[in-house]
Order: sequence, then C-alpha cells, then structure tokens
Amino acid sequence: MKDTKTRGISRRSVLKGTAAFAGLAAGSGAITGFPAILAAEPITLRYLSTATNQSPAIADQAFKDLGIKIEYVSVETDEVTKRIVTQPDSFDLVDTEYFSLKNLVPSGNLMGMDAKKIKLVDKLATVIAKGEIDGKKIGDQGTAPHKVCYLEGQHSKNFAKEPTEWLTLIPTTYNADTLGIRPDLIGRPIDSWAELLNPQFKGKASILNIPSIGIMDAAMVNEALGKVKYGDKGNMTKAEIDTTIATLIDAKKAGQFRAFWSDFNESVNLMASGETVIQSMWSPAVTAVRLKGIACTFQPLKEGYRAWASGFALPKTLKDKQLDAAYEFVNWFLSGWAGAYLNRQGYYSAVLDTAKANMEGYEWDYWMEGSPPRRTSRVRTAACSRRPARFVTAAPTPSAWAPWRAGTRSWTKMRTWFRSGTSSSPPDGRNHNLCTPRSHAPGRFRQASPAARRRGPPAALLAGGAACPRFSGLLRPAAACHACR
Amino acid sequence: MLDNYALAFNKCAGFPDLCTTFRTYLSTLKFCAIVWTVTLVLGFTIAYYLNFEIRSTTTRIVLALICTIPFWTSNVIRMISWIPLLGRNGLINQILLNLGVIHQPLEWLLYSDFSVTLALVHINTVFMIVPILNSMSRIDRSLVEAAYDAGATGWQTLWNVIIPLSKAGITIGSIFVITIVMGDFVTTGVMGGQQIASAGKVIETEIGALQFPIAAAQAIILLAIVLMIIWTLIRFVDIRKEL
Repeated sequence: MKDTKTRGISRRSVLKGTAAFAGLAAGSGAITGFPAILAAEPITLRYLSTATNQSPAIADQAFKDLGIKIEYVSVETDEVTKRIVTQPDSFDLVDTEYFSLKNLVPSGNLMGMDAKKIKLVDKLATVIAKGEIDGKKIGDQGTAPHKVCYLEGQHSKNFAKEPTEWLTLIPTTYNADTLGIRPDLIGRPIDSWAELLNPQFKGKASILNIPSIGIMDAAMVNEALGKVKYGDKGNMTKAEIDTTIATLIDAKKAGQFRAFWSDFNESVNLMASGETVIQSMWSPAVTAVRLKGIACTFQPLKEGYRAWASGFALPKTLKDKQLDAAYEFVNWFLSGWAGAYLNRQGYYSAVLDTAKANMEGYEWDYWMEGSPPRRTSRVRTAACSRRPARFVTAAPTPSAWAPWRAGTRSWTKMRTWFRSGTSSSPPDGRNHNLCTPRSHAPGRFRQASPAARRRGPPAALLAGGAACPRFSGLLRPAAACHACR
Repeated sequence: MLDNYALAFNKCAGFPDLCTTFRTYLSTLKFCAIVWTVTLVLGFTIAYYLNFEIRSTTTRIVLALICTIPFWTSNVIRMISWIPLLGRNGLINQILLNLGVIHQPLEWLLYSDFSVTLALVHINTVFMIVPILNSMSRIDRSLVEAAYDAGATGWQTLWNVIIPLSKAGITIGSIFVITIVMGDFVTTGVMGGQQIASAGKVIETEIGALQFPIAAAQAIILLAIVLMIIWTLIRFVDIRKEL
C-alpha cells in the first residue's frame, strides 16, 4: 500500500479502478445483454444457485418477457445450503436441490411455495411430484423429491406426508448421473459401478468431491462390489457409513484415485487430459470433453443411475413486489421457453409439455426421443448427451438418489441405444470448425437466436452457461475457447 | 463447548497410530517447513540480487514487478494450467519421454506432495522477496564497504552484516509465508488432487457440512498454533523497533 501512495495514486482513483474492474467482471459474465432501456425501476431478483443452473440466455429472455432483472449469484453446492441457513437475506430466489431440503427446511428460512399461484402445478413431472412415471412407481431410496415435496404449512418446518398447497420447491430440472469413461483408453466394455475401484485403473480414477453427492457414488460402488447391501443409500446406518468410508480410504491409500473433482471444469480437464479414464461425471461435462474431439462415454451401468432434481424456493422474508415478481418468474420458467432451453442442454425440464411446445419437432426427437439427428451431421457431436425417450416416458425413471434396477426390457433397449449412439457418432474434425466462431463471439450464441437454434443441439449446447456450468464471469471466454480447442 | 474440542481430537488417544487430526497438522507443518525454507532461500537470493547486483533503479523495479507475475491470473486458471505442464501427458513428461530419460510418464509430477510444494513456492516466494528487499535497501552501503576493508570475505559479509540487517524483512516474510501456508486449503486441495489433507481443508469440509461448532473449534486450534509460531518468530527480532 505504501508503494501505491508514494506513486501518487489516490485512494479515490484506486476505488474507481476497482469499480471499473468489478463492472467489467459483472458485464462480461452472468448479467450481460440487458437492453439499455431504463424501465420504471425494473425489479431485480437475486438468483442464488450453482453455476450449473444459471444461464445468461434465460436471464435475457426473462427480462424481455417479464421486465424482471435476474442477477445471478453463483456459488458451489454446499455454499448454496450454507447461504440459505446462515444468510437468508442475501438472495430473493434460490435454485437448490431436493437432497438439501432436509437441511434447509428445519432452518425455517424458506417459505412454502403457494400452489395456487403456480399455474402449471398440475403439470409438474410426475417423477418429481409423485415418484411415478405413467402410473408406475419408481425407485425410492434417498431424498426422493416426492417425499419432501410438501410442507404442512407455509412456514412449517415439517414435511407433509400428503400433498398440501405448500410446496417446498417448484422443480426446474432433473437428470441422472453415472460414470464417464474414456473408451479409447480403456478398450473394453464397462458395465458396473464396481469398475471405478478396479485396480486396473489404479491412479486413473476419480470420484465426485461434493461429499453429499460423492458419497452416493461411493455407495453405488460398494453395493456393486457386494460389500454392503444398503437399506437406503440416502439414509445409511452408522455401520453402512463406516464400511463405505473404509472402502474409500483403502482405495485412496492404494493410490486408486488420481484426483477428486468438485468443479465441472475440473472433471472435463481430468478426462480430456487423460489424467483419469473413469470417473463420476455429469452429462454436459461428457459433451464438453467430446467437443474437444476426445472420445468420452456417459456410460450406462447395470446397477443404475444416481438421479437428482432441483427447484426454486423463496426466502421467507420476501414480500410485496419482489414476492410477486418471484412467482411471476417461476411461472414463466415453467411456461416453456426455459424448459426447451434446458432440454437442449441435456437436462429434463420439470414441465415437459410446455417445453415440447417450444421445441422444434426434430429437436424434441433428438433430445428427448433419442432419435438420430436429422438436420445436419454436426449435431452428432453431442450424441453422448442424447437420452433415450424411454428413460423419460416409459422406463422406471430414478428419483433423487434412487438407482433404478437393471434387467427390465426398457433397460436393455436403453443400453443398446447408448451403444449405437456412441459408436455411430465419432467426434470428427468438424467439431473444431463448429466451435471456432462460438468462442470468438459467445454473445451471439448466448442469445440463442432462431438461426443458432436451427444449427441443432450443439449450438444450443454451448449457447449458455448450463452446458459449461462453471464457466462464470470473466472466465467465460477463455473457458469457451478451452472447451472447443 | 469443550465437547467440540474433544471431537476435534477424536480417537487421538490411541498410540502409536496417529489420529487424523494429528496427521493432518503434521502434513500441514511439513509443507509449511519445506515451503518456508525454499521461499526463504529463493526470496533472499532474489532480493540480494535485486538490491546489490542491479545498479539501475528502473531495472530493479521492473524485475521486482516481474516477480508478481503469478498474481496476474486467477487462482483457478493458475492451477488448471499446471496440468498441461506436469500432467501424465504434459510437457515435461513428453520431453523426458522423447529424450529417452524415462520410459513411463512420471506420475508424481502432478497431484502429489511435489506439485503442492511447487505451487505453494510459486505463489509465496514474492511475499518473501518484498519484505527482504525492503530491509536490504535500507542497509547502509558503507557498512558493506567497511566489512570488505576490514578483510571480510563475501560469505563473512553476508553472514555477519547483511543477514543480521535483513532480519526484520526475513521475519516479516516468514510470517507472511507461514500464515498463508498454514491456512491454505485451495492450493493444497487442487494441486494435491484433493487427496492431501490440510488444516484449512478440515475446517472447510466441516463448514460445508454445516458443522459450525467443530469448525470453530478447529479454527481456534489452528489460530493458536499459528500464533505460537509467530510468537516464536518475533522473539528473534523486535519488529516494532526495526520498522
């Protein structure tokens, strides 16, 4: 500090400089693209979530449609929980995961969402609201969303067993995660979670280091190894916890893991650089690796997936205009545009009907029905994010943390689909051409213009933050280049 | 309240195996000692060079500024950029393989004690350079000349004149480096592949799991240890007088 003073830089000019930098950081990141119209004090909602759930395109569109400014506050999974518990006034709207609710609801810092104010409340995906698909019950281990969907009253700290008019979260997206592998470096089929701890991959494996999620992956591995038969992976007994951790410690001491990852980018880097060949992974991360022209498979496993779902909640202190705006935004979010956008990232949106209405037929077929790309050969590059339709509409879809069992007919179909999906779409040189302009002009694609959308899924995929979730703020342009290299 | 401290040292009674807490602190102290030694030697040498070998003030300022280059990028970018250099398929391994020095890629270059030490030294050396440089620049050159005139060798001058007069800088630099390394969990985490524990990481994990009481207890323990180290350091020099 002494140095700066002697060189005659006043405190004021330093502050100005800092402010300019802060402005630059903010401007280049999550909150770009607002038209320079000075509306009569537009309402700003501070939207707290992990970067995975934030996308400038959604904020832009919400401002266009509703005149509500979305100010993203992006933090890591555990930090979202911590903020809700310790600083409930630091946000106006939070997008969190169902599994956190058992920590959040007893704090009393969130209010129940009024079902009467949510227009599409009856259209919410039954997998979340009821834990069933087409009337068929699905796996129920862990914090399945339907178990924690309702509160006894608006400010209650107890979950209701039966549906009430107070919802804990209004769901936004859901998906299921599994292991990602480098088929080129492994060279044989992988079909079980147990392979993660196979000594063959010593020093080349990785597991997710968000403890509340990673422990579930570890449980899948333990069960696959036949070490523990869990009663409920989401509510382990002390003995089950001890065995699970002991397995992890043994594996770690034996040098099984290259590194643990807690950040989307880390997982992509580990896989792309060949540091790991098998690891816990998220589907958009697999796509990001493939976009670099590197073979990577989002590998279906016979023991099933680890599923998750996330949704909106409001702090109990929110009131008046802000409260109305929050409900308006949530309703808008379910009304289709955002859902379609998220479906094109490889997620599932909570209200599929409205999302479908906002997608082109070929887009729906590709992303949701799992049919081969129809428009251009380019769309193949994202094939590993493609999902079989049965996963959504017919198969026993997992609820949060609940693996669904292999061996059903739909499973076989699904696996077949994945095999053909992966082998028929090797990443090719065109990827690079596809990526180059995007990394130079991310703004254009972020708006997801009709032209960009017509390019098919990959264009939309990189169009927003959700496909590359942790690329936030200043990092975005550099990271985008990196991802496309 | 004491329960939380008891929990922090859970299962620590069973010798000879050390409990997790003790092993974590030993590991943290080990990194602290290595990094402190390396940054001290590097920092002192660089500061000496800048102060006594470089004649022009402009060159000195430019070179001192170059030492701050590690701070020009964000922590995350800096960490990620070690992978292409040290990784299994990284630059160093490629070069060594091509030269025929090794036949298998070296695994210990990344996500190991080595990479953690390297990264910590990389970012902390400047904290050693600046205070030592500051102390050295105040040394009256006539004292050095007097030492030479009295027949002292270069090493004797260094040991009996320059080092004692740079003591304040060395102490301040040491305090910077030790407090940073003792509390660090980001560098250790990322460069150790999250597999190397550190006192800071323990606290971070506990806070992440909303276990605030035990995290607070751990923080106080860490604080006490760091304060003891600093208290020992300032026995060697009266900082207030030196400043």
